[in-house]
Amino acid sequence: MAGYRELLAQLREQIGEVDPVALRAEAGPDGPVLVDVRMQSEWDEGHLPGALNIGRDYLESRIDQRVPDRDTPVVLYCESGSRSLLAAKTLLELGYTNVRNLAGGYTEWKRSGFEIVFPRSLTPGQRSRYARHLLIPEVGEEGQLKLLDSKVLMIGAGGLGSPASLYLAAAGVGTLGIVDGDIVDESNLQRQIVHSTERLGQPKVQSAKETIEALNPDVKVVPYEERISSENIERILADGWDVILDGTDNFPTRYLLNDASVWHDIPVVHGSIYRFEGQVTVFKPGAGPCYRCLFPEPPPPEMAPSCAEGGVLGVLPGIVGSLQANEVIKLLLGIGEPLVGRLLTFDALYTEFNELKLKRSESCPVCGDHPTITEYIDYVQFCQAPTAKATH
Amino acid sequence: MSIVRIPPPLRPSVNGERQVEASGATVREVLDNLTSRFPALRQQVFEGDDIAPFINVFVESEDVRTLDGLDTSVADGNTVMLLPAMAGGSA
Repeated sequence: MAGYRELLAQLREQIGEVDPVALRAEAGPDGPVLVDVRMQSEWDEGHLPGALNIGRDYLESRIDQRVPDRDTPVVLYCESGSRSLLAAKTLLELGYTNVRNLAGGYTEWKRSGFEIVFPRSLTPGQRSRYARHLLIPEVGEEGQLKLLDSKVLMIGAGGLGSPASLYLAAAGVGTLGIVDGDIVDESNLQRQIVHSTERLGQPKVQSAKETIEALNPDVKVVPYEERISSENIERILADGWDVILDGTDNFPTRYLLNDASVWHDIPVVHGSIYRFEGQVTVFKPGAGPCYRCLFPEPPPPEMAPSCAEGGVLGVLPGIVGSLQANEVIKLLLGIGEPLVGRLLTFDALYTEFNELKLKRSESCPVCGDHPTITEYIDYVQFCQAPTAKATH
Repeated sequence: MSIVRIPPPLRPSVNGERQVEASGATVREVLDNLTSRFPALRQQVFEGDDIAPFINVFVESEDVRTLDGLDTSVADGNTVMLLPAMAGGSA
C-alpha cells in the first residue's frame, strides 16, 4: 500500500501541475478559476489575487455553488502544493474535467515575487453576527464586507423608512444616512416601528439613530434633521451614497429626488403606500425609466390624498419597506434581478401582487434623449400647478 | 368585456368597486364606456382627450404609452389596470 509520499507522487503524474510563472501568464478574467483550499486563518494571511477560498474540509459540499460548470478550468492551491493535490483528486472524482494544481503552492507563488492580496476580513464577532449571510453563496464574506462598506441614504424615517432602516441595519449596511425633519408623534407609532413611545417628541432622526445603533453597532447613522429640498440636496448627496431609498410622503420631494438621482447617477428604490395598496420599483439611471417617465406630472392634490388624509394600514409600510430593503441589498451586492423597469403593486386587502412593465420615455424631460430640465426647479410650485397646461 | 382594475384613490368614483367590467375594443373605447357610467372618473383619467399625465394605463401589464396609447387594442377578457401616482410613505 502506498504511503503519503508515494500517493502524492502518483497524483502529480495523474493531475497536471502549473508553476507560478505559467499561472501568472494565464491569470485574469478569462483565466482559470483559482481555488484556495487552505484554512480561513491561512487565507487571511494573504492569498492570490482573484482566488476563491473554499477550505478543503468544505470542498465537496461547496464547490458546486461556486463553480457550477464542471468543465470550467480550475487551478487549486494550498500552502505548499500537497493538500491541493489531494483536493484536486476530489474534484476529478466529482466530475470536474479541467483541474490542475499550483506546483509549490502559495509559498512558491510568493517566493516568485508575484502579487498577493491581504483580505480584509470580518471580526469573530461579525462572523457570528452575520453567520446566516455568510452561509449564502451570493453574499458570503465578500458580500458582507461589501455591505459594511456601503452607504445608503434614506429619505424619511417614517412608515417605509422604519422597517427598511431596521433591516438594512441588521444586514450590516455600514452607513445609513437618514433625512427627516419631523419629530415622533403618537399617531406615527401605529406603523413606524423604528420609534417608540418613550421617544415621543424627539426628532425622528435621533430616535431612529438610537434604535439602529442599539440593534447593530457596526452601523454608522448620519442624521440629517431637515426636510430635503433643492437648497440642501446637493450638500447631502456630496456625502456620497450608493443607493437612495425613497420613503417620502409627498410629490415635490419625489420629483426633486428623481431629478437629483438622474443627475448624480444614483439608483432610487421607490416605495409608496395608500390605505391597503403599495407600489415598489427601482429607478436606476441608464438602466430603466425614471419617476418622471412613469408620471410626467403629479396629480392634482384632491386626487392624491396622503396617508395623513386617507389613512394606511399599519402593516402595509412594513411589507413595502421590507421589499425596498430587499431591493437595496440586491443593488449593493449586484445580485439577482432588481425591480428595474418593473413596478410591483401589492394589495394588502386581497393579498395580491401584480407586476407592471415600465419603459424609459425618450421624451422624458430629465432622462430622455433631449432633456429640458437640467437644474432644480421649484418643486412645490410644480406640484401645485394646474395640470391643464400639459401634454396635448 | 375587459376587466378594469381600479386603484384605491379612484375607488370612490366607482362606488368603491375594486374592479369593474367595461366593453370596448380599444383603450379609448373601454375608458369611454367606463367614464360614461362613472362620470366622476373622467377627470381622473383623462386630460382633454388624452390620458392624464399623472396616471398610467396598462393592458395586460404593458404600459399603453409604449404601445398605441388610447388606440391600443383590448381583447375580450384582458385586464386593464389604472395606476395613479401615490405620494404616501413617511408621515
